[in-house]
Amino acid sequence: MTHQPLLSIRNLSVHFPGPRGLVRAVENVSWQVDAGRTLAILGESGSGKSVSASAVMNLIDTPPALIPNGEILFEGRDLLTMTAEQRRLLNGKAMSMIFQDPLSALNPVYPVGWQIAETLRVHGVRKDIAHARAVELLDRVGIPEAARRARDYPHQFSGGQRQRIMIASAIALEPKLLVADEPTSALDVTVQAQIIELLKSIQTESGLGMVIITHDLAVADMAAHDVVVMQGGKVVEHGPVAQVMESPTQDYTRKLLDAVPGRGGFAAPHRIAARGDTPLVEARDLCRVYGDPARGVRAVDNARFRVDRGETLGVVGESGSGKSTLARMLLGLDRPTGGEILFDGKPLSGFSRAGMYAFRKRVQFVFQDPTASLHPRMSVFRIISEPWAIHPGVLDRAEWPRRVAELLERVGLRASHAHRYPHQFSGGQRQRIAIARALTLKPDLIVCDEAVSALDVSVQAQVIDLLKELRSDFDLSYVFVAHDLALIRDFASTVLVMNKGRIVEQGEVDRVYDHPTDAYTRQLLGATGAGLGHAA
Amino acid sequence: MPSLTRASGIAEMPRPPGSGSDRPAHRLAGLRALLATLRHDRFALVSLIFLVCVLVLSLIGPTWLSDEARAMNLRARNAPPFSLDDGWLFVLGADALGRSLLARIIVASQNTIVIAAFAVLLSLLAGSVLGLIAGFRDGWAGALLLRFADAVMSFPTMLLAVIFLYVVEPGIQNVILVLAISRLPIYIRTVRAQVLEIKQRLFVQAAIATGAGTGRILFHHITPMILPTVLNLAALEMAFVMLVESGLSFLGIGIQSPEITWGLMVADGRNYLGSAWWLSFWPGLAIMLVALSLNLLANWLRVAVDPAERWRLETGAGEE
Repeated sequence: MTHQPLLSIRNLSVHFPGPRGLVRAVENVSWQVDAGRTLAILGESGSGKSVSASAVMNLIDTPPALIPNGEILFEGRDLLTMTAEQRRLLNGKAMSMIFQDPLSALNPVYPVGWQIAETLRVHGVRKDIAHARAVELLDRVGIPEAARRARDYPHQFSGGQRQRIMIASAIALEPKLLVADEPTSALDVTVQAQIIELLKSIQTESGLGMVIITHDLAVADMAAHDVVVMQGGKVVEHGPVAQVMESPTQDYTRKLLDAVPGRGGFAAPHRIAARGDTPLVEARDLCRVYGDPARGVRAVDNARFRVDRGETLGVVGESGSGKSTLARMLLGLDRPTGGEILFDGKPLSGFSRAGMYAFRKRVQFVFQDPTASLHPRMSVFRIISEPWAIHPGVLDRAEWPRRVAELLERVGLRASHAHRYPHQFSGGQRQRIAIARALTLKPDLIVCDEAVSALDVSVQAQVIDLLKELRSDFDLSYVFVAHDLALIRDFASTVLVMNKGRIVEQGEVDRVYDHPTDAYTRQLLGATGAGLGHAA
Repeated sequence: MPSLTRASGIAEMPRPPGSGSDRPAHRLAGLRALLATLRHDRFALVSLIFLVCVLVLSLIGPTWLSDEARAMNLRARNAPPFSLDDGWLFVLGADALGRSLLARIIVASQNTIVIAAFAVLLSLLAGSVLGLIAGFRDGWAGALLLRFADAVMSFPTMLLAVIFLYVVEPGIQNVILVLAISRLPIYIRTVRAQVLEIKQRLFVQAAIATGAGTGRILFHHITPMILPTVLNLAALEMAFVMLVESGLSFLGIGIQSPEITWGLMVADGRNYLGSAWWLSFWPGLAIMLVALSLNLLANWLRVAVDPAERWRLETGAGEE
């Protein structure tokens, strides 16, 4: 090997002292990235995927952390033996970093142009030149009317634009290495695709080396040349992206790939036997306007759809498309400003107090964030048994412990977990608790609002399998709100595509996905790239 | 967290602490588990022991030492602390009339504790309930309560008490009442602010979507979240209320002689601060120690009732 890699990590270990002994965050990790190439570090939460990159950027405090062995060679020089001052000079100038949440990385009280210019001024660029360069950079990352918008504040930009601003600030000093920690995880799929394109084009221009840390196989597939798969602090597999994705050699990688919905083709979509005369849920010209009825924000605009018994309706759309508002209205947590929802043929708005109470017994929910939707001071037993306390007569109190144990086992937890509290579980386990709670009253319909989007892909697959099983066991209907198109294709029978409050397309999943008629649906399907690309 | 799963050995499987209020045995076990965590918080344990001592003294004090507290001994006027010639009662010294300070502090503890405890309890209960309503009910009820709180708050506690006690007859009950009313707003405002935040949380929305009624949401879902804050606030308020009461007594509209309170003793000693500082110092120390103990105890309770924090007290990790 004659060439010298831009950055090379050799046998790096990072340990954190914890209350129960040393936590070995990464153990003997090696990887490298060349100029003009992109390396993706792929892993699920807790795999240690961001630790080695944080060590590169000197973001790990030692002590308390320990780096017992390894070297980080940047252009042949070991960063770990440098002084703090030498490393500070490298940060920003030779290497820089972008983060998942651009809003928290930008200072809310300064204009964005000023903040980018500040990075330049700190490194000795004259004030007027710095400002001109900041405008130039904003223009480069695709902010329209850059000169004017340089004077705007972070809150005046959308999430995607903020990430563009972060990128502008990161490339301001023309670094040789860019580390991106989950750069697109907080963004919509179409925006995600644009950001990845931007990073790629900057790379082509300047030849910088990039390290992208991600949990998302699609991002790794779209953005990277090489990939490192990590699990439990160790490198499981390492190689060119195409090779790892097409023919993984390790079981873990294969498991990870298989967990992605639709990889290796979709099964025939779930169908219901026959549509009855009265649908379980029917929405007629449903509207929800915030603010002034004429000029306000139309969160949901003239939605018309039906859900039959045993059917699963997928609702897809990007943030701000109104899909969560729709879910809240279906649960009776928000009132429509126009149109109506019929449940079993009866309008929701006409329900008396008692009627609403009876309705709530039949319609349950699973929210996106299981941490927030479980009461932190209630034991799992109380959380799961509460619906029976609210609806007395469903189950005799003496039966509660037995039934809670059954439900916990049904969702893949242990009966002995009943006396624990939510914080003692992982995100995936908490979501299972939330599902167990949704099942207590044997509902007809479960509304899932992004129920699996916060979960790691392998856990997500387990939860989806569980929901599918329950669907066939209990003849459940679901309204399944998600932004992941592949997931909906895999799980739902029919789909609604929402854009800015309107339903732009609806129908059976295979028909909508194979022959989209609306331009927005096509754009959405195109942006998802990898997930659906291989399947189609 | 191994210590949290201690109960898993019990044959009767899920034994959720705090649930099943119809089973007193379980409730008792929960209480015992709570008290067991005191072992790992020595400050709280000492505070609890101190408060129990004060409580016992305040119960038996007036019957036991009331004569000694009133007996004048002109030879021992302003006797400094540790004047043991006149007997052990003079260990803390004597006041301007030669009365034993120790005996007076013990006798005064009853009035002091009764006034402070009931005033704080009353304002805590009423303020919390009103705060819950103000936070949970938007619209006129909430707005009205808030304006009421503003109105009470805009009067200094002292001024309000003076006006009130000028109109009605001074006495323990009225002092308790006026102190409770004047401290209401702080609870209303604190509780309301917390309710406004917590009712937007997803677990409350989840309870609503399950069909839970207002009572269940308020008392099962929201109250456990705000209780620790309110208890900590109440512990701080104890000291404040004791001092306001002393101010009232000093003005002659609070507790009437020959009844005594710690606050009154502090106020009486004011004239002798230059020559006999101990007249104010000992009752002042008593107020401080009670307030401090309550604070440490409230702090322990906050950690002990939070399932996510409790492990600190069970493993002893909180001591380091």
